[in-house]
Amino acid sequence: MEYILAKYNYWIYILLMMIGLYAMIAKNNLVKKVIGMSIFQTAIIVFYVSIGAKRGASIPIIAHGHGHDVIATAVSAAEYANPLPHVLMLTAIVVSVGTLGVALAVCLAIYRRYNSLEEDEILEQLR
Amino acid sequence: MHPPFPTATPLLAICSSLVAVPLIALSGKKPNLREFWTLLAGAIKFCLVISMAGWILAGNTHTFELWQFLPGLSIKLTVDGFGMLFALVASSLWILTSVYSIGYMRGLNEHAQTRYFCFFALSLSATIGVAFSGNLLTLYLFYELLSLSTYPLVTHHQDTEARGGGRKYLAYLLSTSIGLALPAMLVTYSLAGTLDFNVLGIFPEATAKSTLLVLLVMFIYGFAKAGVMPFHSWLPGAMVAPTPVSALLHAVAVVKVGVFSIGRILTGIFGINLLAAQNLNTVVCVIAGFTVIVSSLIALSQDNLKRRLAFSTVGQLSYIILGIGLASILGVQGGMLHIAMHAFGKITLFFCAGAIFVATGKKYISEMVGIGRRMPYTMFAFFLGSLSVIGLPPAGGLISKFLMVRGALQADLWWVLVIYLVSSFLNAAYFLPIVYKAFFCSEEEALFEKKVDEAPMCCVLPLTITAGISIGLFFYPNLFYSLAQIAIAMP
Amino acid sequence: MIASEQAVALMVVLPLLSALVINMAGWFDRRLCFPIALFALLGSCCSAFITVSRVIKSGVIHYRLGGWAPPMGIEYVVDHLNALVLVIIFVVSLLALLFSYKSIQVELPEKILQFYTLYLLLVAGLAGMTITGDAFNLYVLMEISALTSYALIALGDKRALVASFNYIILGTIGASLYLLGVGHLYIMTGSLNMADLQTILPALLDARAIAVAFVLVMGGVWVKMAFFPMHGWLPNAYSYAPSSTSCLVAPLMTKVSVYIMIRMMFSVFNPNYIFVYLDWGRLVVPLATVAIIFGSISALAQKDLRKMLTYIIVAEVGYMVGGAWLANVTGLTGAIYHILADAMMTLCLFMVVGAIIYKLKDSSMDSMEFIFRRMPVTSVVFVIGAFAMIGIPPTCGFFSKWYLISGAIETSQWHYIFALLFSSLVNAFVFFRLFEIGFFGKKPADGHDHHAPEIAVSEAPVTMLVPMVLTALSLIAIGIYTNEIVTVLITKTLPVGL
Repeated sequence: MEYILAKYNYWIYILLMMIGLYAMIAKNNLVKKVIGMSIFQTAIIVFYVSIGAKRGASIPIIAHGHGHDVIATAVSAAEYANPLPHVLMLTAIVVSVGTLGVALAVCLAIYRRYNSLEEDEILEQLR
Repeated sequence: MHPPFPTATPLLAICSSLVAVPLIALSGKKPNLREFWTLLAGAIKFCLVISMAGWILAGNTHTFELWQFLPGLSIKLTVDGFGMLFALVASSLWILTSVYSIGYMRGLNEHAQTRYFCFFALSLSATIGVAFSGNLLTLYLFYELLSLSTYPLVTHHQDTEARGGGRKYLAYLLSTSIGLALPAMLVTYSLAGTLDFNVLGIFPEATAKSTLLVLLVMFIYGFAKAGVMPFHSWLPGAMVAPTPVSALLHAVAVVKVGVFSIGRILTGIFGINLLAAQNLNTVVCVIAGFTVIVSSLIALSQDNLKRRLAFSTVGQLSYIILGIGLASILGVQGGMLHIAMHAFGKITLFFCAGAIFVATGKKYISEMVGIGRRMPYTMFAFFLGSLSVIGLPPAGGLISKFLMVRGALQADLWWVLVIYLVSSFLNAAYFLPIVYKAFFCSEEEALFEKKVDEAPMCCVLPLTITAGISIGLFFYPNLFYSLAQIAIAMP
Repeated sequence: MIASEQAVALMVVLPLLSALVINMAGWFDRRLCFPIALFALLGSCCSAFITVSRVIKSGVIHYRLGGWAPPMGIEYVVDHLNALVLVIIFVVSLLALLFSYKSIQVELPEKILQFYTLYLLLVAGLAGMTITGDAFNLYVLMEISALTSYALIALGDKRALVASFNYIILGTIGASLYLLGVGHLYIMTGSLNMADLQTILPALLDARAIAVAFVLVMGGVWVKMAFFPMHGWLPNAYSYAPSSTSCLVAPLMTKVSVYIMIRMMFSVFNPNYIFVYLDWGRLVVPLATVAIIFGSISALAQKDLRKMLTYIIVAEVGYMVGGAWLANVTGLTGAIYHILADAMMTLCLFMVVGAIIYKLKDSSMDSMEFIFRRMPVTSVVFVIGAFAMIGIPPTCGFFSKWYLISGAIETSQWHYIFALLFSSLVNAFVFFRLFEIGFFGKKPADGHDHHAPEIAVSEAPVTMLVPMVLTALSLIAIGIYTNEIVTVLITKTLPVGL
């Protein structure tokens, strides 16, 4: 039990990921698939953000970080959250928004052509 | 010592007909110019081959290396006794076949003649390439090239029958070369670290006998152009091709390339000492001997003349493999010599079959009763050719068969002797009745008027020449015989 | 001198910026798109060749973007391996661009602007993926190339949309798995720089998270390269795309993914970890065998030319994965060589099909009828491409098989050898069936005196023929210069300890 609780952030992201994966694979509606995809990507973002966090750490902004004090403050890096994963995730969020945009655009085009967003109905028309 | 000819001569000999391909293609609108290119290329090729012959006969070999493909593996051209023997046969017969082709194609007014002559030239380049290959990779390259460049020739008629024949042709040749010969070659390379031919063999001494046995069988069946049973049935199938193609490619170039490749592998990769020492020669003899007998029996029952000739070819090819497979000096010499002897004899027979078809449109033996009355020259040439194939005096076939029989004794394999004798009887049994019926039949039986009406000159001339050569080889076999002796001379 | 140093960055920057320029210039005049794209790719192509010659002369090049030192900054690293891949990318994209000039005017007259913008972005993404030395940067560029290829594929005919949608879903899964794997690596090592990772990882052999990271990265890359059984998206996506798109995407996307796999296996992780500690070669090579056999058999069942080619790609991916996982030098050499060979073969065949579609508006096998008479040049190119696929010497396909099979013999992976030979035979069968249709027609007559109907020669335009002929010649040239390519480029990249 403790094992599970201690790493709760991982369990949350795995849960989210599985929900997303389920929706992407099993759902019939294309928009639901896209939603699943979004959840899937968000899960990974959550994962990254959580690994940068530390208990009791503050945001990684060094106040008055000019001049000679820099070295003195930098030593106590443990008091700050790791900013790098968060920065990476800014990029990843942009990417996932891009993917979402393209996916929705394709959905729109599919709807215009087939008048449906249900996968089985579309496959019916393709046959 | 420096050879008296440019070092690149073997390459030039290969390329002379390759260069002719675009020239032939471009002069498609002017048939006379097109045929001029074909004959010119043939003449140049023959001269180039001949120019090297003296040097080779003096006991030298000549190697010319092109670029490296892989570390230690390059395109390597080597001219030695065996290769020279084969190249001489192929290049000289090409000229005759070209002349014959011109008569045949024009006589029947075939379509797509330009394509025909293009691929004809291409396949000759590949054949000479095989003859001059200095290592197995080069040989494989030209071997594949030959399979592919002859496909349009086999399927020349572009009808359903041609499609079926072509399918069979490629299915057998490609599947065996890719499925058996290629992996065998790779395993050989990984074992020996080289693929260069060497009379002493290239396998390290520690190679297990079982490995050798598997490789041997894979090689023999992998080069299916040699028509060893059960991979023979492409050959009768490929008889849908126009007759000159059958003649040159399926009695001489293609099938002999198969036999030549196997001969090269037996003598250059395994080495006859190894074969004899490990008793592997019995394996080769069993495989080849079976084919010799069975194919002769099948040939007896064929009524289509070209098919009968095809099965006779299957038998004779295995005859050669049998000779080389004996792994005794005399046997190998006999086998090599038989490549030349059989080539001249069999091409005569095919030319005759084609001439009969051009002149009378007949394909079946039962329709040829009394044909000697109408085409005496052709049928006499047929008689001479069949003498050579059977191995009766005064024809060249006798000499090579005699050598092989002595080789069998030398190798101490008496049962091979029986195979030779039985098959010679069978050969006689399926050839001589044709000749007999052609000339000696009663007036009622004869299906032809007693009026000489031969095929065009272009057809008759070559077959007369080849028949003459196969007789001449009985009296003057020295050129080919010394080449065969050089080929197997141990350093 | 400065120019030659900046050539490294120029390869990526030039197409990226030109994509923007095209977008702007295209609003004024659509005819500007093609020349701009052409110049951008010509420039990149020259830069690629300059870089290759520099690498051959003086070894690995490190280029720090913005002057920031790794591991903080992002670094471009060009060694012999990705120098080769970069040349492949730019040569293929340049040839495919030339090819697209006419076909895009027919297939997508309204979307020329969008097509060329996306085209250059895709090339920039692929080049960036290849050149970068940073694992996260790789993810971003992977998604750039993926997003553009989704859009490029969706431009195709009416079934392309659904194919593209499936590709989006699976492509995203693949990229996300990769990202997750990189996250695990980051937790364990605190670094994203590949060279840095490689020095840290050997100390962490036993950590389970590293194994998880490896599985996730490989899984992600395999989805991207359509390795069996994650290949489902590929055939539809590539065969319903516009023919110019498939000429670019089919040769490059899978090959670059294979490159990423090799890079990850040997430049981030190390052979000792994969083949000795985990010993997963014995699991993956059989999977590659299945991929090859499955791809080949599926190719047999197809009636559409492009569908058939896409299944052959699935089989070829099996070749390369299997070669890389054989755990010996020969196999890896074969896999890398096959990246080059297969990119050109695939390009060659897809261009031929593109030319047939351009002339006949049909990509079914029956469209090959009398192709030898109708389009003699195209058909010769097709024959050469097909021979390369079958593996007839001296085309390059033969030599990649040579290396792969030799590698398999060394490790006694007989099933993989069988699969390679089987797929060669199936390719032979598949292509000769097409030759037959091209030579005899659909139904040859029975009679001997039958003459095939007269068909006038009607060739594809010159802008298509030139790249096709060049590609076909390159197939033979690559085969002839195998030894040079292997000794100068490939052997230099082989990891130590293999």
